[in-house]
Amino acid sequence: MKINPAKCVACGNCTYVCPMGAIYIDPLLQRATINRDECVECYACYNGLSKEVLPPSTVRFVRRTLANFRVRFEPEPDVCPTTAFEPDQLEWPRVVRRAFSDPRVPHESTGVSGRGTEEVKTNDVTDRVGIGEVGFTIELGRPGIGARFRDFQEMSRALAKAGVSFEKNNPISTLMTDVTTGDIRTDILNEKVMSAIIEIKVPVARTEEIMRIIWEVEKRIPTQVVIGVGVRCDADGEETMVLPILEKLGYNPQRAKTNIGLGRKVIRDLTNAAPISADKGAQPKEMVTA
Amino acid sequence: MTNTLHRYGKAESFVDDYIVFSLPAKSKAAGQTGDALAAQKRFMQIAAEYKPASLGDALHGGSLRPTKSKSIFGHWGKRNKPNFKKVLEGMSKAGTMAAVFDSRANAEAFVKRIKEEDLGLSVNISSSIDNAKNACKHAGIPRHSIAYSLGFEDVGDNTPGKQAIMLSTMCGHGMLSINLAQKMMSFVKENRRTPKEAAETMARFCSCGIFNTTRARRILEDVRVGVK
Repeated sequence: MKINPAKCVACGNCTYVCPMGAIYIDPLLQRATINRDECVECYACYNGLSKEVLPPSTVRFVRRTLANFRVRFEPEPDVCPTTAFEPDQLEWPRVVRRAFSDPRVPHESTGVSGRGTEEVKTNDVTDRVGIGEVGFTIELGRPGIGARFRDFQEMSRALAKAGVSFEKNNPISTLMTDVTTGDIRTDILNEKVMSAIIEIKVPVARTEEIMRIIWEVEKRIPTQVVIGVGVRCDADGEETMVLPILEKLGYNPQRAKTNIGLGRKVIRDLTNAAPISADKGAQPKEMVTA
Repeated sequence: MTNTLHRYGKAESFVDDYIVFSLPAKSKAAGQTGDALAAQKRFMQIAAEYKPASLGDALHGGSLRPTKSKSIFGHWGKRNKPNFKKVLEGMSKAGTMAAVFDSRANAEAFVKRIKEEDLGLSVNISSSIDNAKNACKHAGIPRHSIAYSLGFEDVGDNTPGKQAIMLSTMCGHGMLSINLAQKMMSFVKENRRTPKEAAETMARFCSCGIFNTTRARRILEDVRVGVK
């Protein structure tokens, strides 16, 4: 990402919206400036800020004048008043930052936008995590810290040492040079991303062992870890195998993503289905037609 | 993907927060066949009948999106409002389609209706464990699989600024910065923005449309009066 200095009026809005805090107003240049080493190319600034077309030189004049009276020019907090952000042409290895950080960019390895795979979200169709198995999603970088691939390698090496296998369609797995050691290609180790997810699957009996490995690595890496534990429920919809283990380890899960088992191998043919009332359906509480 | 799992907060903070989303199994190995996009359009059209707080298409965005002004007068114009019709009409490719509900009754009724529709799509509920369990019970569905969030390691319940984390993690891709959440909290406290305005400002950064403005407003009301 780059900021066009001819357009920027240094209003400072973008300094707050950058999830990495990588944008600042350079006191000498008097323009918003990006710390490229910290920027993860998530495009939150470019995609998230509303774009306006105020004339930059006029805005700068008004700002300077108002400042003399201790009055501040204050655009809405989520706009760039002069559309100063411009996408950069990203080349390898920097391009991996965007692939892992901008959720709208499909990752080449999975074809899915985002940082992981479908995990247990489609388990009712894929049967990826079966009875007696646990799928771990180990995410590094959130909230608002980011992680470098050398941090992921620290985690993947420790897990590989324990003999676990990585989900082959996961974007991180595809960047490993050796899945038996957890080594990640050396030319991207210093690249920083918003977050990414390492995915593994093990028998339930190894749950505690894996958790202890993660805890050990957490101490060595300068980022945040958040863990998801995916399991299959029994025929009654209950899950009594893994939760007790997690509770024994000191966790008290409050939130979960629950696959309610409606997926089928064949999606319903809607050719002759009764239509949904569009008018009735498209009127939310504060509906407007733009 | 919507990355809905790791919203920060205790179970009671999800009392008005149900994300119900559908997705097809995309891998060839899954062997799923049929018109996933048509089924997802129906899923979203039905969702719109149950008064969702938001609808979101992970590819094109949610019901509140950033705007692009063509004239300088846009600077003084009114802000856009949630537009569900745009989400419904913009769906062009099967992916992750989400409906966010702020009412238990509406969420449970929608889940029951979707079960009856038998679309064949995978449907997930992202909320507190009990909220999802109750919705399944109401619809007469045994849960198939569950992904527990173990929470952010080392971020305790009494962490300073936890309300900023609660707001920020409502975009699971991290597009809503903690700094902006804190700025909006300050704006509400100073009465420079209403909780509604602040919530809508933040929602525009969530490109999947799963930010729950109702929950955000509630958190911001707490912030205003100093409830921790």
